[in-house]
Amino acid sequence: MMKSVVIIGGGVAGCKAAVELASIGYRVTVVEKECSLGGNLNNWDRLFPDGKRASCLVDALVSDVEKRGVTVLTNVEPEKVELIDDCYNILLSDKGLLKADAVLITTGFTTFNAQRKEEYGYGIYRNVITSVDLENIFAANLLSREIGCVGMVHCVGSRDEKCGNMYCSKVCCITAVKQAIELKQMLPNAEIFCFYMDMRMFGPGYEELYREAQEQYGIKFVRGRVSEASEDSEGRVAIKVEDTLVGRPMRMKLDRLVLMVGMEPSPGTNRLAKLFGVEMRESGFIRGVDPHMGANITNVDGVFVAGAATSPMNTTDTINDACAAVLQIDKYLRK
Amino acid sequence: MFTFTSPNYEPFVWPFSIGMSALLVYITIKYIKWIYEFDKANRVKILKGLFSLGTLRSVKEIFLESLVHRKIYRENPMLGYMHMCFGLGWALLIIVGHLESSIYQASWANTPYYSIFFYYFLPAGADYWGHEVFGFLMDLILLMILSGLFIAWGKRWYSRIVGMKKTTKQRPYDRLVKGVLWSIFPLRFLAESMQSAITGHGSFLTHSTGEFFASFLPVETLSYPLWWAYSLSLGIFFLLIPGSRYMHIPTEMVYIFLKNWGVKLDVKLGPNGELKGLSKFEIYSCSRCGICLNQCQLLSSLNNQSTQPVYFLRKVREDVERGNDINNCLMCGRCEEMCPVDIDLNALRMMQRQDHSVVTDETYSYITTNKEYSGCAKVAYFAGCMGHLTPGVIASMRKIFNKAGVEYHFVDEGGGVCCGRPLRLSGNRAAADVLMQKNSDRIVATGAEILVTSCPICYKSFKEEYALPIKVMHHTEYINMLMDCGALNIRKGKERLVFHNPCELGRGCNVVEAPLRVLDGAGEIVATEFDGRASLCCGGSLANTVISPIERGRIAADALSRYTCSDPDCVVTACPLCKKNFAKVNQPVPIRDIAEVVAERC
Amino acid sequence: MVSFGFSILPTRAIEYDKNDKGCADYVALHVPSSSACIGCGGCSATCSAGNFTEFNIRKIQMLMKRGENQLYMEQLHKCMLCGKCLAVCPRGVDTRGMILAMIEYMRKK
Repeated sequence: MMKSVVIIGGGVAGCKAAVELASIGYRVTVVEKECSLGGNLNNWDRLFPDGKRASCLVDALVSDVEKRGVTVLTNVEPEKVELIDDCYNILLSDKGLLKADAVLITTGFTTFNAQRKEEYGYGIYRNVITSVDLENIFAANLLSREIGCVGMVHCVGSRDEKCGNMYCSKVCCITAVKQAIELKQMLPNAEIFCFYMDMRMFGPGYEELYREAQEQYGIKFVRGRVSEASEDSEGRVAIKVEDTLVGRPMRMKLDRLVLMVGMEPSPGTNRLAKLFGVEMRESGFIRGVDPHMGANITNVDGVFVAGAATSPMNTTDTINDACAAVLQIDKYLRK
Repeated sequence: MFTFTSPNYEPFVWPFSIGMSALLVYITIKYIKWIYEFDKANRVKILKGLFSLGTLRSVKEIFLESLVHRKIYRENPMLGYMHMCFGLGWALLIIVGHLESSIYQASWANTPYYSIFFYYFLPAGADYWGHEVFGFLMDLILLMILSGLFIAWGKRWYSRIVGMKKTTKQRPYDRLVKGVLWSIFPLRFLAESMQSAITGHGSFLTHSTGEFFASFLPVETLSYPLWWAYSLSLGIFFLLIPGSRYMHIPTEMVYIFLKNWGVKLDVKLGPNGELKGLSKFEIYSCSRCGICLNQCQLLSSLNNQSTQPVYFLRKVREDVERGNDINNCLMCGRCEEMCPVDIDLNALRMMQRQDHSVVTDETYSYITTNKEYSGCAKVAYFAGCMGHLTPGVIASMRKIFNKAGVEYHFVDEGGGVCCGRPLRLSGNRAAADVLMQKNSDRIVATGAEILVTSCPICYKSFKEEYALPIKVMHHTEYINMLMDCGALNIRKGKERLVFHNPCELGRGCNVVEAPLRVLDGAGEIVATEFDGRASLCCGGSLANTVISPIERGRIAADALSRYTCSDPDCVVTACPLCKKNFAKVNQPVPIRDIAEVVAERC
Repeated sequence: MVSFGFSILPTRAIEYDKNDKGCADYVALHVPSSSACIGCGGCSATCSAGNFTEFNIRKIQMLMKRGENQLYMEQLHKCMLCGKCLAVCPRGVDTRGMILAMIEYMRKK
């Protein structure tokens, strides 16, 4: 009999794992709480480092999912789980019942709520937006041509004891570089500043993109953490930052302040970890049994994890992580 | 005085008499010495107070607090009862016993020991007015004390029965003295019971127990040694009092008188860093009941068990190294609020923080006090340092001012000068004074008539330490005033709101009603165990210079979890620092300032 | 030693081996969180005193850690201890505690 795998979360990791599991002969069901697959990519315009449209990637994944005959259940969430004879009985919010020989959690991340960093004035000042808002502005082609000066604040909600997130979200630095370049392409006369604590250009092509941003686009990188923002009568955003490499405080006014929001474990990640009794890290992401050899294996037998539910991750790594999880599941089910 | 051949004398009265006399001499000398150290103003207050209403108030307070222990009842009825048994019980035992013996003797001037050992001296078959009633009363009082003793004993094993999470850690000497104290009443009970079996006095308790003992014990031989033991325990206890926590019994009463006569705590230490004046009385008035332990969030969240007043005052009293304990205090005032003896716990700690500031002409010379504002707004708004990190509060206040049609001047719009309270809380009083003077000049120079601030720390400082010639209001009070006079109307919503009253606002400045009245107009207030003056500290307190930011986060998380257990829609606070510190905790309920709640509804 | 009639100018380098690290050791011991600083400048950007004067808390603590005590001692008293830096530090450094510890050390010395 064909063994079945239930994947919870239909983002990049979930879709990729579904396709690969189906291709090696498992019966796969994807459970997605939203109305469509794609997860956080649905909220994104273009991807680094090559500027590919996020929608292209989603479309490719979804068409593969369809081709492989994966069952997709949308608008539902798991509500109850019971282990009966090595088989997970998952009761869904629409009262449907799924039986699974293995479960893969791919519930991913959610972006940091920038209102919690109140000193930056998100939700208070009109011209303070997040990196997600900027993607949506790009996608809808709503960028104002009147903008003369933009500041991008790195590490909003990441590496910050003040909001309890000590970890690095990995993707924000490169996102800032990518968005800064896009802004400059659209607004050739604008001045773009990136305010960073450390530039973390870890991926292939990232460092090159950083260099390109400096050399070709004249984007200015200021090493200093923005401490607070205020609004003047014309709605411009005045920021306080120290240019630590000069060693003096710097005051400047910007037309837009873009907050590079970090990743937090999604509410679904939190809920499912509790539902399945899966161990979490202090950060709330799901912990694998071993950081090297068992990153996709959880402490609960038959429950696996992949993608940004384990830690902040870019799209490339998420896809690879999903494939790695598929191999682990296959090994487990063959036993 | 002592008639050695009298039937009213037995050698066993000596231990009691010696102990009591020694104690009386000791405390009299001590108290006179302390009062002698008072400054002149305080000495005058004593003289004036002696024949004032303060004396009557003191008597009332001694009855309610030292005997009945009313404040402890509020904390926990069981704990209150336990303390009342010892306080009121013992006092009644002495008073009623004295009354009874006096009636029997038809004289008020008996030797002190006579009434204490009255039932020993009372011959069998003695008949006097009311002897049955007295017998009953004395047994009832003894039973009450014994029941308190039983609870106290149980508390050692399981402190939750009196609502306490932790009890005071006692040292061997304290345990010894307590052991002696705890033996006094059972010994009296046994002595009286045995005696009752012989002479037939006593009532339901001692008499029936005596009869019971007589059925199988040689009560005639046992009774006399028991009276000796009783007297010895009393005598030893009195002799041990000076070095023990039980010094609070006499000191507390004197302290209550001094307090009611208006004697003020001298906040300066002596030339060698020693305590002076009233602080001595306060420190010796601590009964180490441990109620402060229950209040202290450094204990509940960080498991610190050395800095709480009960331990801190002991260290001060014995003049041993206090180390970090001087600075390791949130000064939230929760302990002071519940202290049954009303000791100025924060002030006593504050005065130990040394002033290291060196004031010169250069001190804060970078702050100018030039008149920068030329408008004529009657309201000055001061957001405070932390206010600049919570722009939501500032934006809301701007909206409220505009809605109410108030012309205002934003004093520290471009980033202001600190109010000086954080400096003062760190002990650097001289530097704080300079800063306060500069800031005061800047505020006065605006020509405003009302100073509104969003920060409770600034508020307390402006109100109590600045002596500004203008009215100072926290924004909760100001909004309340605007709503009262009809200048501001807000829509009432259905949101369930929990109000966290910041330490410096509620306990610090007694602003309790205004925020509740404002919120009552905005939504549905959900009551918690930690409302008003019983509120919890957010952990952000600048008065503590020891704990790390991570530990502050732990205090914040614990406090928030208690405010959100009734699942409100929003936790409302009124302090930028509290709001910032709570923001560290990632949790589903939003934390908002009261100004934000009002601004979105007006 | 033969004198050649000229001397080498003192370098501008931090003479780490020669510097007095007493204050650095004292602060490291009493304010353990101080070691977590990455010099992001959040504290110095928000600083109430830094708004008016050259007081720069980030620089001061860096100099302190390198033993360049003479360069910042005069600056310490400019701090108003308002605690804003404490409220912004992303690394959870007890910045205010560091200043107090430095003042304490200088006083003891």
